[in-house]
Amino acid sequence: MDVMEKLTILADAAKYDAACTSSGVTRGGRAGTIGTASNSGCCHTFSADGRCVSLLKVLYTNCCCYDCAYCVNRRSNDVPRTAFTPRELAELAIQFYRRNYIEGLFLSSAVLKSPDYTTERMIETLRLLRTEYAFNGYIHAKAIPGADPGLTYELGLLADRLSVNIELPSESSLRLLAPDKSRASIFKPMAQIRDGAAQSKAELKLYRHAPRFAPAGQSTQMIVGATPESDRHILTLTEGLYKKYRLKRVFYSAYMPVSDHKNLPAPAHFKPPLLREHRLYQADWLLRFYGFTAQEILDDSHPNFDAALDPKSDWALRHPEFFPVEVNRADYEAILRVPGIGMRGAERIVAARRYGPLSFEGLKRLGVVMKRAQYFITCGGRMLPGLRCSPDSVYRRLTGLEQGLLGSGESWQQLSLFEQGAG
Amino acid sequence: MTAYRYDGTFAGFLTCVWDALECGIEPVEFLLPDGGAALWETREPATDRGKAKRLYTALAKRVSPAFQKLIARGFLTCLPQKELDLLVLIRRGLAEGDRVRLDLSNPVMARVNLALTKMWTEWDHLKGFVRFSDLDGALVGEIEPKNRVLPLLASHFAARYSGERLALYDRTHHEVFLSDRGRWKLLPAEDFRMGPAGAQERAFRAMWRNYYQTIAIEGRLNPKCQSTHMPKRYRHVMTEFLTDEELETGLPGRSAAGSLGDGRGNKRTP
Ligand code: SF4
Ligand code: SF4
Repeated sequence: MDVMEKLTILADAAKYDAACTSSGVTRGGRAGTIGTASNSGCCHTFSADGRCVSLLKVLYTNCCCYDCAYCVNRRSNDVPRTAFTPRELAELAIQFYRRNYIEGLFLSSAVLKSPDYTTERMIETLRLLRTEYAFNGYIHAKAIPGADPGLTYELGLLADRLSVNIELPSESSLRLLAPDKSRASIFKPMAQIRDGAAQSKAELKLYRHAPRFAPAGQSTQMIVGATPESDRHILTLTEGLYKKYRLKRVFYSAYMPVSDHKNLPAPAHFKPPLLREHRLYQADWLLRFYGFTAQEILDDSHPNFDAALDPKSDWALRHPEFFPVEVNRADYEAILRVPGIGMRGAERIVAARRYGPLSFEGLKRLGVVMKRAQYFITCGGRMLPGLRCSPDSVYRRLTGLEQGLLGSGESWQQLSLFEQGAG
Repeated sequence: MTAYRYDGTFAGFLTCVWDALECGIEPVEFLLPDGGAALWETREPATDRGKAKRLYTALAKRVSPAFQKLIARGFLTCLPQKELDLLVLIRRGLAEGDRVRLDLSNPVMARVNLALTKMWTEWDHLKGFVRFSDLDGALVGEIEPKNRVLPLLASHFAARYSGERLALYDRTHHEVFLSDRGRWKLLPAEDFRMGPAGAQERAFRAMWRNYYQTIAIEGRLNPKCQSTHMPKRYRHVMTEFLTDEELETGLPGRSAAGSLGDGRGNKRTP
């Protein structure tokens, strides 16, 4: 089989993984090497489904000895199988990188023979790239659950980011659908990566040439909609991952019906829950950058997202006591909670009012979009002149805005925005 | 009423600013050499690098380094009559000091800032969307940006490919960036053709196009979302949307790229 065919098969098999970022580490150019990395990541193209492409995302092999029901590569599925050689893959990555097609490599793999054997092949590929090809760009590698910790450590010395996929949001779903994996086999490497990265950081402070272990940290992804967990369950799990395992990113992947396993939704009428995935990304954003807790966004009386409204507006409407926010006096954190005002808007407001008091006109010139924000702010003690509203009408208008954004009917389901395009 | 005519360089612009400050002139327009006849009296101070340099240094010393940068970067944007806005800011900066940078809701400042934001977005896009071809060992590519981002892209690519020979041509501003193993320069260049590629280069292009097609998930096709993230105007220099012939002759142009529609450009026949 030639490399073109292998690439087709192994890219196809890897494409359901949602992680695509090249972020988290900055590295300038070094003489004698090829490549740089930038903390904020870089998108190189967008595929026809609107997802960003930053890294060459492939499996080392799709030959798998496991049988996870939700996965196209499961042992019992009848698909063509192949594997790269380390040399083929390294050469391909370098040649793509030279042409600026990609920001680096995202190497994952099915479990060929055993977790250890698979990890060894991945290590060999990355070692070729880093040493013989002197590749200094971004590498994201997937740690294989069940592999020897020593091997995972070696992988982390060659990669910028490691990830272990949670796969499914609960132990019971995992038992049902991924019989070869256990919660422990997933969380053990996750803890190892967390501790390894922390230790490496501490050592680097003492001596400059200490080994760098996964300097861009770790991420994970989970499949949404294949199993019955609530949004609240998922968001609380996410919050724990950020706090306990210090993950850099959690990715959500709307389940694509790739199997007719009895424990999975029947493929025939199943629509991948793209809107739900979108709401999860929005809420995830609120957790990471806007100072919200999972409990604030969703709770027992409110365990799932409102399909018609973004989570930030939803929170605002449930907390009238917090509003209106006076833009000339409120602190940054309070301004961030206003629907329609993002981080950049809040920063500009805080900077600009040091020059002089802000008017509604001035706010608009700063680039603050008033469509949502107008219901929640005052400028010098006044609401936007001429604005009339009641709680009901605000709900209707805000959901109306969402409808406009999302389109209606079918295309409403088609939505797949990767929030704000930042890694 | 007065207009300025200058050579389009930053030094030329600063020379005009010097003149305007010295003689207390408030111009209504800035013109380039081929910019047509002015309706008003036109001043044409000859570009004076010495004066330009002194003024440039004064911006950092008397206002702030950040302000100096704002003016220099602002000059690279495609804001129409950016010179007038920048002159206003320089006047205010020299009078009020660095505080002027906080006056974000001022119309002139807001306009310049918006133009800068757009330029940085374009720069950020192009860092990823630029495509090189390996032609006899040198990496060659083209861009067609709205803003003059080539000087900003130059250092990025020179560092990234410090062991390679590079050429990146800006079709809009007729300028080429050349780099030879880390040492680089920018030169004016009227015309540029990439020329035919060898078999190996074509093979890698084909693999990339193939990869690009493979990764789209059928159940999620969403051309609208795709073009929000990647405006169509970039596509006519991107390998995955072009045939070898289009890439090498540089001929697809805006209209062709605009008609790609479903974003699966390489399915078209040339
Ligand atoms: S869209 Fe965001 S997550 Fe995806 S590559 Fe670009 S920066 Fe990274
Ligand atoms: S181990 Fe990975 S590749 Fe193999 S079936 Fe499970 S999810 Fe798929």
